[in-house]
Amino acid sequence: MAYVAIADRDAPIHDPHTFIEKYIWSQDHKVIAIQYSIVAIFVGLVALVLSGLMRLQLGFPDSFHFVDPNQYYQFITMHGMIMVIYLLTALFLGGFGNFLIPLMCGSRDMVFPYMNMLSFWVYLLAVIVLLASFFVQGGPTGAGWTLYPPQAVLPGTPGAGLGIILMLVSLGIFIVAFTMGGLNYVTTVLQARCRGMTLMRMPLSVWGIFVATILGLLAFPALFVSAIMMTLDGTLGTSFFMPALSSMGQAPEHDGGSPLLFQHLFWFFGHPEVYIVALPAFGIVSDLLATHARKNIFGYRMMVWAILAIGGLSFVVWAHHMYVSGMNPYFGFFFATTTLIIAVPTAIKVYNWVLTLWKGDIHLTVPMLFAIGFIFTFVHGGLTGLFLGNVTVDLPLSDTYFVVGHFHMVMGVSPVLVVFGAIYHWYPKLTGRMWDDRLGRIHFWLTFLGTYAIYLPMHYLGILGVPRRYYALGETEFLPQSVHTVNAAITIAALVVAASVVIFLYNMIVSLWRGEKSPPNPWKATTLEWQTPDTPAKHGNWGPRLPEVHRWAYDYSVPGAPDDFIPQNVPVDSRYATGTGHHG
Amino acid sequence: MSNTAIVVALLVGIAVWFAVASRLTAKPWENREQKGDVGVLHMSPQRIGLWVFMAVVTSLFALFLTAYSMRMHHSIGWCHLTIPNILWVNTAILLAASVALQLAANAVSGGRRDATRTALVAAGTLSIGFLAGQVLAWRAVGPSLYFVQGSPAIAFFYVLTIVHGLHLLGGLAVLGRASLRFAGGAELVDLRQSLSLCATYWHFLLLVWLAVFGVLLFL
Ligand code: HEM
Ligand SMILES: [Cu+2]
Repeated sequence: MAYVAIADRDAPIHDPHTFIEKYIWSQDHKVIAIQYSIVAIFVGLVALVLSGLMRLQLGFPDSFHFVDPNQYYQFITMHGMIMVIYLLTALFLGGFGNFLIPLMCGSRDMVFPYMNMLSFWVYLLAVIVLLASFFVQGGPTGAGWTLYPPQAVLPGTPGAGLGIILMLVSLGIFIVAFTMGGLNYVTTVLQARCRGMTLMRMPLSVWGIFVATILGLLAFPALFVSAIMMTLDGTLGTSFFMPALSSMGQAPEHDGGSPLLFQHLFWFFGHPEVYIVALPAFGIVSDLLATHARKNIFGYRMMVWAILAIGGLSFVVWAHHMYVSGMNPYFGFFFATTTLIIAVPTAIKVYNWVLTLWKGDIHLTVPMLFAIGFIFTFVHGGLTGLFLGNVTVDLPLSDTYFVVGHFHMVMGVSPVLVVFGAIYHWYPKLTGRMWDDRLGRIHFWLTFLGTYAIYLPMHYLGILGVPRRYYALGETEFLPQSVHTVNAAITIAALVVAASVVIFLYNMIVSLWRGEKSPPNPWKATTLEWQTPDTPAKHGNWGPRLPEVHRWAYDYSVPGAPDDFIPQNVPVDSRYATGTGHHG
Repeated sequence: MSNTAIVVALLVGIAVWFAVASRLTAKPWENREQKGDVGVLHMSPQRIGLWVFMAVVTSLFALFLTAYSMRMHHSIGWCHLTIPNILWVNTAILLAASVALQLAANAVSGGRRDATRTALVAAGTLSIGFLAGQVLAWRAVGPSLYFVQGSPAIAFFYVLTIVHGLHLLGGLAVLGRASLRFAGGAELVDLRQSLSLCATYWHFLLLVWLAVFGVLLFL
């Protein structure tokens, strides 16, 4: 049997005894998930503070002096990179991937627990190196999160000395950490599922995380390659990316390098990266919607195929980020076409989410609110993406606030809403406690309405031609006064949203002690993680016997069944048999 | 870039094929009782892990080689590398190492302790010999930073050989551990898997090297 290796071990698995084994050098996937999440949320807060400072500058350019122009560049760069890589990628895969894969697949742990542990510590090292760049001479890099050469390593850019090198080294370390984790996630899904858990019975969360991990494993090498070559350009004086140019009166030190090559490599990673963040969000949102609407997910098979199709297509659209870099018009046409083709499976997913809600028994719990909020923001971000995917529309809009509005909607706000929803959803299993529901609702509405107030007006700014990555607009003839008013309003909204994060954190931390004790399956969900014998699940997850799966993950409101849900481990012929955790 | 896109598309294709082979067309909602462990791969986790890792490394080198070819075509005055003859010798040594490791793996499955020892020693020595040969190749290509700065071809040569060499070193660490266990008198059956995985990995690194060498020669 394939899964004997880890699944059916008779001997009790080695339990950690000391505090250090349990919480520090832990090899338990649940502890590693928490470690990953805490670090990711911590750096995410740093990035949030940076965005607040930037917004104060943009909204009230004459009243605040927190940032000077150099720092503004450094802040956008660190904000963007942290949000995309060190928060969202790490949280979805290192955090949710670690927590959910073994629990949802019915495994005792990841197949390579030791490597899993290393993955976290190496990730932590990457974060430390990244944050160290705030304290070195010249500060962190201000090259923009895209790190385009030649400016990234030229003296005119802040942080062009140590800052950019630390950034590149940190990314390299992150990729090593991700690869170690990724090997685990893929192998565990392929090999360590419990009896009866066929691929097509896996919850969509696992599908999303699984395919996103494959994308990451294949796409991160592109970033790795460019990081190595740029580090060499910056330190040893090679000319992979650096053309001959004289900067600040100096004789050229490089010769013949190709900045365009960097852009290709960067976006060959960068576009799949969008889906590395989006696919887990897609998967998780599907499960939240089905569970809280008490309905099976509409078109499960189509959802799986769509995830796979999006994953494959995401490797052939990268150059839509390079329309303004100049390219053969046929290439432009090709990439515009592939970009629009991706919209098809994506739209299918949106329809299916909406159809899942259709005539559902919708429970507007806090996780459900966030999941529905996601549908709105994602549709908005997706629609503006259709505009930007066309070469002729993109040319005037590129590098304006329209782009900032678009990508924040689609890959900033949308995944973050899912992160919040997911944390509210799985927190009871993780900690055994419930949240304060009222604070959760306040948090939702502030976040949801607040982010609209931030990003919707940005599209308007972009159409007026407000450029992106500008420290201050000054007295600009072609911009009407309304631009300044809008900017001030956006800043106020951003501060409100940032404040709502404090409510979230307060709720999360205080509920650890004050929260009501959670039943094992508070949402009456079908998936395996809710059927563990203990809540929170203990080391080894399943007690003496592994679960056996008899049905798919979406048996909600089955006609004739006594409850409106049948857990995956309930046998088919005895629908009413009580699975562990099945009650009511 | 499009070559890399093709390679990666291929890898994604393989992943999709896996999924299809394990019945993407199933209708899970029909709740048919499934017998046994349908869809679970009948391979050890270590073997799957190795294959996934090799896919990652394939992507890495495909991208390096794409970068090499694009850098060549984007620039005027690209100066080709003069391939030092020692690279042919190194290639032969790596081939021999790969064969020796396969023999070691076979000997272990056949339960032949002495043959295993000989083959292991040969494989280890040849692999280290290959790395030493690569160092000699650097000296032949351009022995100092001056050359590396001056010629992107030489810089690429260094980067490619170092990255490839590091992967081989990683393999040697694993092989070294298995050899220590062997020397410590471990049961041969317990070494089967790790030697067989090492052999696979060595063949893979040989292929990667052939690809790198081929690109350096012919592009
Ligand atoms: C309340 C939350 C947030 C606020 C107020 C905010 C604000 C900003 C601001 C002011 C900029 C600089 C725009 C410019 O001058 O061009 C920016 C850039 C950026 N943000 Fe955010 N942001 C938020 C959340 C996020 C999230 C969750 C992500 C995750 C994907 C994200 C990703 C980025 C990226 C990639 C950039 C571009 C950086 C660059 O131009 O190099 N942001 N954000
Ligand atoms: Cu893109």
